[in-house]
Amino acid sequence: MNTDLSANTGGTDPKNAITFSNVTVHYDQLPALENISFSIPEGSFWGIIGPNGSGKSTLVKTALGLLTPSRGTVRTLGREPAALGSLRASIGYVPQYADLDFSFPLQVIDVVAMGLYGEIGLFHRVTRAHRKRAEEALRRVNMEEFADRQISALSGGQRQRVLIARALVIDPVLLILDEPTAALDPGSAEGLYGWINDLHDRNDMTLILVTHDVGVVSQYVDSIACLNRTLVAHGRPKDVLSGESLEQMYGCGAVLFGHGDVPHMVVKHGGDR
Amino acid sequence: MELFDHVFMQRALIEAVLIGGICAVIGVYVVLNGLSFIGAGISHSTFAGVALGLMVGIDPLWTALLFSTLVALSIGAVSERTNLKHDTSVGIFFAATMALGVMLIGLMDDYYVDVFSYLFGNILALTATDIWVSAIMAALVLGIVILLFKEFLALSFDAEVAAVMGLPVRKLHYLLLVLIAVTVVLSVKSVGVVLVSALIVTPAAAAFQLTVNFRRMMLLSVLFGIGSALSGLLISYYIDIPSGAGIVLIATVLFFLAWLLSPRRKRHAQP
Ligand SMILES: Nc1ncnc2c1ncn2[C@@H]1O[C@H](COP(=O)(O)OP(=O)(O)O)[C@@H](O)[C@H]1O
Ligand SMILES: [Mg+2]
Repeated sequence: MNTDLSANTGGTDPKNAITFSNVTVHYDQLPALENISFSIPEGSFWGIIGPNGSGKSTLVKTALGLLTPSRGTVRTLGREPAALGSLRASIGYVPQYADLDFSFPLQVIDVVAMGLYGEIGLFHRVTRAHRKRAEEALRRVNMEEFADRQISALSGGQRQRVLIARALVIDPVLLILDEPTAALDPGSAEGLYGWINDLHDRNDMTLILVTHDVGVVSQYVDSIACLNRTLVAHGRPKDVLSGESLEQMYGCGAVLFGHGDVPHMVVKHGGDR
Repeated sequence: MELFDHVFMQRALIEAVLIGGICAVIGVYVVLNGLSFIGAGISHSTFAGVALGLMVGIDPLWTALLFSTLVALSIGAVSERTNLKHDTSVGIFFAATMALGVMLIGLMDDYYVDVFSYLFGNILALTATDIWVSAIMAALVLGIVILLFKEFLALSFDAEVAAVMGLPVRKLHYLLLVLIAVTVVLSVKSVGVVLVSALIVTPAAAAFQLTVNFRRMMLLSVLFGIGSALSGLLISYYIDIPSGAGIVLIATVLFFLAWLLSPRRKRHAQP
């Protein structure tokens, strides 16, 4: 059991948004994740860190049912990911930016409305009411005046906000962001983290943030999980980033840089792909 | 124009609009999903089907439909179940079905004229039944694309998020492959096995150069497709060349014009 559950759930019997039990995931013969066990309580804000190729994306894709573990079990919102059914309408996912083609001929509002396609259902069309909700979601990311722009004409940070709006349009109870700052400069990245933190404060949702920036993120998140194919360490940032855990952090590619009261860390961009 | 008093010419006109339009619609999805090579693989696989039909003596259209659908599904299945990349599995099916076709042709004695017209197309030699079959197939493909408009859009832009939302992305992907196969088959008599994939890809690729709006891309692609098919038809009427060659050459000229005028290319070229 996690000891830090009560830290952010007010002490009432906590339920878990996601539970990994002895999860191993293979691509072909190669394991990308081995024997991962931990739980993410409902309503919490978690950071998933680790170097490139450490299995962070694999972990969230497994939780979303995009990948099937070769061993172990996953429960997402209490169900097997493959059997999420209508619960899918409560999950927002912002995939890694680099996986998308922004030369695709689409307007911002169309991309955001895509977040509603699951809810709208097969064969049905996007209505004016759906567009209204997409506009509302754009307002939440301060992009309302960009509704009619082409996605190809946006900056990296704006594109990222559009993808977040697409995930927010369904008012998710679980929001997963995979390296949302990858296309941003450090200043904008810090701004986005602060903004994501506000989002979590204002809404009753479980938020999972995959990232490289341990130092910045540890100010905001309730807990971090540090991956390097295996789960190297997990828990509250101040526990993980101190004492013996700190040594373990080197195992997941983190190095100290700079100084101060809070250890400032960054995860090495490993070239092991 | 008395040119259009000929029944074969009227048929060719209808067919040109049908195939130019439907190839262009499917082409948009082929281009945006990066399936151009798969399209080429599927179209070449119809050759074996055509050969089989000619040999057995049934309308090659049906055997071609059977072959291309099977190959479309197989390409999907092989690249899903093995660690082969799409282009490898396509390369294998491409060669295998061509080899099968050549073998079947080799077993026959006197079908060379027919084979030639299936390889390169003859839009001026269609029967009324050909037109009806094309029209029905085209209506079917178009109907499915309209019904599943937003699903195919989501599949093309971001299949992963589409899957997370619960859209049946696997089925949609296979359906798209089958729609490509049907589109190939309905065009094969007019454009030919060798060139039909160009009529699918080129108008859509030209449209992609000129717009960043999905609906406009669809519209432009259809205009280019129908324009190419009609001009190609006239070319093959006046100078006696296979219609597929005329159609595809016009489409290619349109593509280069679009590329020269492309705002995308200009933006791309700037540092
Ligand atoms: N589709 C795939 N096929 C094969 N191997 C993959 C695939 N995706 C990721 N991998 C491998 O799995 C490991 C973990 O990848 P990933 O989860 O993307 O890491 P991260 O998100 O932490 O950078 C890496 O070694 C990567 O090369
Ligand atoms: Mg990743």
